[in-house]
Amino acid sequence: MALSQTTAAPAASESGFASALTTFVTALAVMAAGLIASIAVAVAVYAAFDFVLPYTKLLNALLVMVLGVAACFGYFWSSNKLLDTIYPASGAQIVSNITKANAIRPWLFLGPALIVVGIYLVYPVVNSVILSFHGPNGEAWVGTRNYEWLAQDPAFRESVRNNILWLIVVPAAATFIGLIAAALTDRISWGNIAKSLIFMPMAISFVGASVIWKFIYDYRPAGEAQIGLLNAIVTGLGGNPQAWITVPFWNNFFLMVVLIWIQTGFAMVILSAALRGIPEETIEAAVIDGASPFQIFYKIKVPQIWSTIAVVWTTITILVLKVFDIVLAMTNGQWGTQVLANYMFDWMFRGLDFGRASTIALVIMVMVAPIMVWNIREARKGIR
Amino acid sequence: MAGVLMKNIKKSYGATEVIHGIDLEIKTGEFVVFVGPSGCGKSTLLRMIAGLETITSGDMYIGDERVNDIPPSQRGIAMVFQSYALYPHMTVFDNMAFGLKIAKRPKAEIEKRVREAAEILRLTPYLERLPKALSGGQRQRVAIGRAIVRDPKVFLFDEPLSNLDAALRVATRIEIAKLKESMPDTTMVYVTHDQVEAMTLADRIVVLSAGNIEQVGAPIELYERPANLFVAQFIGSPAMNVQRAKIEKAGEHTTIALGRHRADLPIPSPAGMAGQEIHVGVRPEDLTIASNGDGLIDGRVNIVESLGEVTNVYVDVENGPEPIVVKLPGVQRFSRGEPVSLMAQPAKMHLFNESGRSLLYL
Repeated sequence: MALSQTTAAPAASESGFASALTTFVTALAVMAAGLIASIAVAVAVYAAFDFVLPYTKLLNALLVMVLGVAACFGYFWSSNKLLDTIYPASGAQIVSNITKANAIRPWLFLGPALIVVGIYLVYPVVNSVILSFHGPNGEAWVGTRNYEWLAQDPAFRESVRNNILWLIVVPAAATFIGLIAAALTDRISWGNIAKSLIFMPMAISFVGASVIWKFIYDYRPAGEAQIGLLNAIVTGLGGNPQAWITVPFWNNFFLMVVLIWIQTGFAMVILSAALRGIPEETIEAAVIDGASPFQIFYKIKVPQIWSTIAVVWTTITILVLKVFDIVLAMTNGQWGTQVLANYMFDWMFRGLDFGRASTIALVIMVMVAPIMVWNIREARKGIR
Repeated sequence: MAGVLMKNIKKSYGATEVIHGIDLEIKTGEFVVFVGPSGCGKSTLLRMIAGLETITSGDMYIGDERVNDIPPSQRGIAMVFQSYALYPHMTVFDNMAFGLKIAKRPKAEIEKRVREAAEILRLTPYLERLPKALSGGQRQRVAIGRAIVRDPKVFLFDEPLSNLDAALRVATRIEIAKLKESMPDTTMVYVTHDQVEAMTLADRIVVLSAGNIEQVGAPIELYERPANLFVAQFIGSPAMNVQRAKIEKAGEHTTIALGRHRADLPIPSPAGMAGQEIHVGVRPEDLTIASNGDGLIDGRVNIVESLGEVTNVYVDVENGPEPIVVKLPGVQRFSRGEPVSLMAQPAKMHLFNESGRSLLYL
């Protein structure tokens, strides 16, 4: 408990608990005062501007943006100022004051973020667990019936199978291609341009990327002009056009290509940085030992960046578990391409069944959590 | 076994030439040390022998073979790097065995050669450890072991001791000297900027400066008969004192005028040099304080460094901006500003012409 650090202060007569309580209450009070003051000022300024200036959407948006940022600064400044006023760094109590103020200050600065994260992350988890034991509208208690339904549901099984396929293929492919791209672009003069090109899809939204690839997979009946790149190539080589995203089983892979295309850039950038961090002398030593470029790559370089590869791999894995937009935009789960996140979305907003949707959401969370924990541990190891 | 022969070796990066035509012969089994200040090209030259740097022009031979276009692994060399360059993900055993494994040697042979090297370097208890679990000295021994198992014709060291602390440096230096003794036919080339390493290890020292060889010779030869001012001031610590002087009489003996004083030196000089301005150098350890106050150079004591075994006295003199350093044995006491008169042994003085060449080598 960092809050109880104030017991070290010279206020010896107080018990540790009372002292910690005082600190906690002071921190809350200062935080509240700072928040109220900065929000009040921001609202007042907004009202004043609103009164003077004509209403236009753009101006309004700009004003809100500026005031929002200003209010954040205002909070930090005013709460900090207030703390320094309550515990001034002067006078007879100076040592005790500084100690107390320093114990409170980090909580003041972290406070708003902690509260927001708490509301937006912790509360939904708790609520999802509660909802998963309730009926469609979240009122009737149904016990474990949602879980029983899920275990029997063929669409859920299809989603799990597809998710597992995605989990195996996408992280492996994106990491592998990213690693190859990183290794190759480091060796050529126009490597930076190549890197930018490979990285660019990262900047495209999943839905945007899906639209692009929908055009690539586009199907027109045989005999018509093919506007889809893939079918144009196939017919150009004398084949028959295919409706790619409806081909059972294989259509999953056509969807995965989109995410691989997006994520390869991410993997490449991180792995390229890791490759450059390898001490040059170990590579020279391997050259003298007679290793070929290929042997240097997989016996000297790759093992040295193994922890980075693991982090990239798991980061993409977590992303893949949540894959939703691509499936929604390209097939909406038809033709055997359903995945968990889209299935949850289906039950939530089309089936309007909060209970079943929450149950599926919890399944996703349970699948993500262990990988997440491992990922964070690995990443920390890398930092150390 | 093989020596190294360099013929007019040059190295350029783009338009910038950094090595300006090196000619050098290193004999089989010789221990040669490249010394010089930072950026003099000593490491580049070593890396050219190794094949890690391309040779812009000139010919490099290892044994009878021209190696300019032969990859490093086939030159019969092994190299010990400054940073050890151990493979961090491999055990000590695998680090030493890597080259042999790449060369697809039989398992039994790899095992035998690695164990032998580990035995020599007292690494046997650590064979299964990763480099990160070793101390700096142990890591350096693994790096040396990795070089030994390659059974090289030419052993290259690139400042191998500079990452070690002072005590370990001395111990490892002695170990390298022993290693050389146990491998009498192996040629060794060693790069350092530390003249103690150079003086103690080398059969011959190559002094480099700005991409040129300044002098090649046995350690004591460089100390006693430096070919030029650069070598004179680079070898020896503290550096040699240099003063301006004038030759009054040249010949078998040389008479010089140094300030108000005159000295007759048993050093020959070319007859035509009478009347010319020269540099005269004398090592701090060859100077003494004249007891009768009638030395060659007069000055006042500025700083006194007492090291116990010796005392370095910095004397401000009238005919030069640089103080003259005198290295006296044992503990000596001087007060600041005390006038002293310095005496030099005539035979231990060094004469250099205007352009810095020693008169002995003209």
